[in-house]
Amino acid sequence: MTRFLWPLAIFLVVVGFLYVGLGLNPREVPSPLVGRPVPAFELPLLEQPDKRFVPADMKGKVWLLNVWASWCVTCREEHPLLVDLANKKTLPILGLNYKDKRDEAKAWLKRFGNPYEFSVVDADGRIGIDYGVYGVPETYLIDAEGVIRFKHIGALTPVIVEQKLLPLARSFQK
Amino acid sequence: MIPELGQLALILALALALVQATLPITGATRGIPAFVALARPVAQGQLIFVAATFGCLAWSFYVNDFSVLTVANNSNSALPVHYRLAATWGSHEGSLLLWVLMLSVWMVAVLVFSRSLPEEMVARILGVMGAISVGFLSFMLLTSNPFERLLPAAPDGRDLNPLLQDPGMVFHPPMLYMGYVGFSVAFAFAIAALLDGRLDATWARWSRPWTTAAWIFLTLGIALGSWWAYYELGWGGWWFWDPVENASFMPWLAGTALIHSLAVTEKRGAFKSWTVLLAILAFSLSLLGTFLVRSGVLTSVHAFATDPRRGVFILAFLALVIGGSLTLYAWRMKKVAPGGRFELLSRESMLLANSVLMLVACAAVMLGTLYPLFLDALGLGKISVGPPYFESVFAPLMAPAVLLAALGPLVAWRKGDAAELAKRMRWAAVAALVLSLFAPLLFGRWALLTTFGLFLSFWIFAGVFAALLARYRTRVKPTSAFAGMLLAHAGVGVFILGVTLVKSYEAERDVQLAPGGTAELGGYVFRFEGVQEVRGPNYQAARGTFIVTRDGKPVARMEPEKRIYRVQKNAMTEAAIDSGLTRDLYVSLGEPVANGNAWTAKLQVKPFVDWIWGGCLLMALGGLLAAADRRYRVPVRRREVPPPADATVIRREPA
Repeated sequence: MTRFLWPLAIFLVVVGFLYVGLGLNPREVPSPLVGRPVPAFELPLLEQPDKRFVPADMKGKVWLLNVWASWCVTCREEHPLLVDLANKKTLPILGLNYKDKRDEAKAWLKRFGNPYEFSVVDADGRIGIDYGVYGVPETYLIDAEGVIRFKHIGALTPVIVEQKLLPLARSFQK
Repeated sequence: MIPELGQLALILALALALVQATLPITGATRGIPAFVALARPVAQGQLIFVAATFGCLAWSFYVNDFSVLTVANNSNSALPVHYRLAATWGSHEGSLLLWVLMLSVWMVAVLVFSRSLPEEMVARILGVMGAISVGFLSFMLLTSNPFERLLPAAPDGRDLNPLLQDPGMVFHPPMLYMGYVGFSVAFAFAIAALLDGRLDATWARWSRPWTTAAWIFLTLGIALGSWWAYYELGWGGWWFWDPVENASFMPWLAGTALIHSLAVTEKRGAFKSWTVLLAILAFSLSLLGTFLVRSGVLTSVHAFATDPRRGVFILAFLALVIGGSLTLYAWRMKKVAPGGRFELLSRESMLLANSVLMLVACAAVMLGTLYPLFLDALGLGKISVGPPYFESVFAPLMAPAVLLAALGPLVAWRKGDAAELAKRMRWAAVAALVLSLFAPLLFGRWALLTTFGLFLSFWIFAGVFAALLARYRTRVKPTSAFAGMLLAHAGVGVFILGVTLVKSYEAERDVQLAPGGTAELGGYVFRFEGVQEVRGPNYQAARGTFIVTRDGKPVARMEPEKRIYRVQKNAMTEAAIDSGLTRDLYVSLGEPVANGNAWTAKLQVKPFVDWIWGGCLLMALGGLLAAADRRYRVPVRRREVPPPADATVIRREPA
């Protein structure tokens, strides 16, 4: 009569996972990219597919690269914060539209507001691999030399923006 | 001084809980009447001390005692009084205290309403609940002490999360917790019966009203949460499949399965092991929900304070309680005799199919909720599972359950009659089909999925109607349990109707309007009058005014706000909603554009959206009728002679 033991066995497996899960921070992943130059890419713009963008175009500026997608619920959570940042014109924000459909991405920006100078389209997620995109959203702070200075996985929060992102950005803007 | 009194009361409550968890069960097992007799007074004492603890914390919030850490973190002197009270359970520590308070309330409720139960049974039940109480009280004292001092005191508090500053939030957590914790009663009954070794129809009859009562609270709690999300988050969505929402929905699914399975165990003595397992599961999922929310293993919009020590503690407690009860289950269930036989077409198999579908749906929700965690733990990357998964998995599992829900009440116990069933459902089914084929045309757009959703809804109404008619013809006065069941099923129909219509015909428009400008949506004309600055007690707001007309006749004046809360600097969108029986108008204010001369806004028309919560309310009312049935109030003594087993072998109907 082992069938009555099944629930216990399944439960023990779940507990094992939960225990391992406790040791993990779902929001923070160390990135080997911090301190390295941005991986190069050349991608079309979301609004003007005939124009292409390379990170070298941003040389001399401190900027944010925000990975987003219209299918990503968490992006909606951080979105007002990005819009707010963009309105204050603290630093240029570029979007990397990740594994998305062009129409849906445009509709999404129209609906929730567009904080980006422009977005580039990484439709099949190739560039995401170079950047080690774990999940959307992700945000990178890139300095004037084109070096990644900070990476955040998951939704930005006012605390992270005020206490980490902006002070770092200011220190590199000088 | 008051916080220290609260602290003392908390420690005393733990001491009483320890007594309650050990002595009465020992007494029941060893036959020591004095120990058994301890159960009642100790449980009462626990309620007194937990309530005193809660009162002390609420008082600290009330008088703005910012030398108490929790108060400083979750309140502010500018916060209105009713939200200061709600902040008592808006904090992590306070919400745990609310949990324990609810548990004590349920314990005393068991005492009051279970006079007819044998004392040993009561002792075991209260012992199990006492053990749960020990876990939560020591969790509070060791990792989340609500009375931790902050010295020197903060000049002012960090304020309550603005999202929680809302009337819905005052009632949502207590309701939800009443439901979560209420399943501890069904759980305690099951464990007590396992310890006792006697699982029979009497046990099922005792557990039924308690399970239903907990389910009612959970249903209302979830509905309130969904309603709150709808009007407070400002996007007009009502369910997001967020991990925390799922955490409350999983016990609901298991609880629904349990209610149906208990019906069979009570009436026919069958499915005992299944029912016990469901009782353990429903409460385990409540505990798991608490773990998921309180430990921060999953990211969610409900992001609460996280502390790894807390996570480890709850997980250990979870492993002990659930692991222990599942071990007891595996050990004791071998000895339980199988119940009565039944045929393929019978109410038993209908109810079994229902509870299996509910449980599979629950497993699917759990998989989706925990999948990111599983992958992460295996080092396979971080992902998030979104609504598309849940919607594509959940709906197909629920559709057959809904189809069966209409038939179940029409089929006889043990052996149903297919011809009779067809005869009873015939006309009602045709009516449902015709209505669902043509009703979408009233809204101007026909779609297969809409028709299907409407058919499910009308099918349920048809089943309810046929069941009422059949009962009327037998001239037997329907019991309150029967009426409650039908009402709850009708509630499901109303719910599906709301979901189908709002999903099919909702319309939205993002507009940019200067004062005096108008926009049209779904036959309504929204005229923007402009924006005014308004000062609230602890926020500043821009309040827009929209005058809505239809065919030139005034419909509503709507005033959505954009608030900035002074302490936490959060911007909040307060949508304006004009509710109606057949539609809600929903306006949320966006941002100023064109140098403040115009504003963006989102206009939405949501047909029949209130029926979603109306359906939930009907389900809860149905539950109330069912739980109030007379037969639960008539004392039942356990029959010492087991009911004669049904010896008939299953005969299959020729196909």
